[in-house]
Amino acid sequence: MSEKIATRDAYGRALVELGKKRQDVVVLDADLSCSTKTIHFAKAYPERFFNMGVAEQDMMGTAAGFALAGKTVFASSFAMFATGRAFEIVRNSIAYPKLNVKICASHAGLTVGEDGASHQTVEDIAIMRAIPNMSVIVPADGVETAKVIESIADYPGPVYVRLSRAASPILFPQDHLFQLGRSQVLREGKALAIVACGLMLSYAMEAAELLKQQGIEVSVLNMASIKPLDEKTLKEVADYCGGKVMTVEEHSIMGGLGSAVAEVLAEYGAYQVHRVGVRDEFGQSGKASDLLEHYQLTPHHLVKQAQSLI
Amino acid sequence: MQPIQDPEKLKEIARLLRIDCLKMLHQAGCGHTGGPLGMMDLMVALYFYAMRHDPKNPHWEDRDRFILANGHTCPALYVVLAYAGYFPKEELQHLRQLGSPLQGHPKRKVEWGIEMSTGSLGQGMSIGNGLAMAARLDARDFITYSFHSDGEAQEGMLWEAAMTAGYRGLDNRIGILDDNGIQIDGYNKDIKDVSPLKEKFEAFGWLTRSIDGNDMEAIMAALDWARLREGKPKMILAKTILGKGVSIFENLPKYHGVAPNDEELAIALKELGGL
Repeated sequence: MSEKIATRDAYGRALVELGKKRQDVVVLDADLSCSTKTIHFAKAYPERFFNMGVAEQDMMGTAAGFALAGKTVFASSFAMFATGRAFEIVRNSIAYPKLNVKICASHAGLTVGEDGASHQTVEDIAIMRAIPNMSVIVPADGVETAKVIESIADYPGPVYVRLSRAASPILFPQDHLFQLGRSQVLREGKALAIVACGLMLSYAMEAAELLKQQGIEVSVLNMASIKPLDEKTLKEVADYCGGKVMTVEEHSIMGGLGSAVAEVLAEYGAYQVHRVGVRDEFGQSGKASDLLEHYQLTPHHLVKQAQSLI
Repeated sequence: MQPIQDPEKLKEIARLLRIDCLKMLHQAGCGHTGGPLGMMDLMVALYFYAMRHDPKNPHWEDRDRFILANGHTCPALYVVLAYAGYFPKEELQHLRQLGSPLQGHPKRKVEWGIEMSTGSLGQGMSIGNGLAMAARLDARDFITYSFHSDGEAQEGMLWEAAMTAGYRGLDNRIGILDDNGIQIDGYNKDIKDVSPLKEKFEAFGWLTRSIDGNDMEAIMAALDWARLREGKPKMILAKTILGKGVSIFENLPKYHGVAPNDEELAIALKELGGL
């Protein structure tokens, strides 16, 4: 687990690869290409890159227009602005007509770090998940990000991909398979099912290892595809763990992964779902690692939470 | 479709479609009346004179594109598309009914000529720009038209998009702004005056032309001018009369957002020669 890469960097590289293979791919950014890493595509294929300036609404509307003309469109900004500022355009001009626009937004969650709460969206999954026709994906590492980009380029519809600023460990081998609506069981243990996505997956795996040292074996499920959600695997793993489930996400516990999991399991009956995430509060400035510690999302906090459930 | 060159024929089509429009709205029992009547001459000139399109081949890649940014005026679009032959005229009677493709605000259905879902004001100009930018990228020569309202010019996003088109010099891009001075709560000037529109668009890098949007010859001349490529997007600022053609509706904010009742329909049809 020594190699680290931010999912935004993996996205930037994957776009260049995709641009090489697919002439129909165009990329739009709103003056953050150096941060979202679309700058690599811009350098490789300048004629297919469009910097829309600081105008996220215009970017999303323009993306819709490109999609109407048959393009496969990637539109990037910070997650806060792509899903917040431009929400209604995403809803009415992209999702409603089911256009082929991939909203790949970086700097999601607390790990934006020093910029503080105005830029740290902890609501984006909730917002995007609520829109009909919209798929929502949170890749866990660089390898998975590359697979996600490859996969959604072949899916003709709107997708939201949540990317991170902070570097995170590579968890998956190069032959890792990503499929929309499918999850993967990474560890099996009967004491508890930990369901995680994004950067929190590596912390969940670390917590599972720490618990093992105490003789507690837990399952870990990678739920990169939050919508559509892999209900079947989720229920199987939850059953295997006696109905005890803990979700972990760098997002509000309202409306995100935890909510998605709880909604599904609640319909089946007797499950206990404990949601770990940001508890209805804003972030603040600080180092990414300090923030995760402060908001109690680091492995030793996850271990404590898990112990309280077992 | 072969363009109709005779302005008298276009005027006659506009008269017939105003009648269809009123009947459709009356049947639906709700919807926007004033805007569609006011813009009908512009819509008829667009679809039967200026635009390159083929109702028998709605997916034709080189067709000109039309985005109705002020989607609430879709009755005007629907009657024009039906008259052009994109779908059977009988469908008009199902406007706003459950299950009908003719939604209260446009929902994309390219087979029927409805290019894009619109309704939330301010978004159509960006959408048109995206189409125009894609055309330029692929070296296709179709033109993208978008239709706007004066009330819509209060939306900030419209100006983001106007800046994009101006900065990029999208000369395959034509805007038509229906300047009837009225929005749903009353007169623009009493709510938030959008003037001067000409100076605003020119400052954003557009070429503009101001016309009487109910004068067919003037509309045709403006569309001829707008189709010339001169390195800049074109905006036709069209002064229209809300409710045009029916004396009891003309210039009254009340008829921006309501459908005609039985009595009003009878008067309107009489005035338009539709009885």
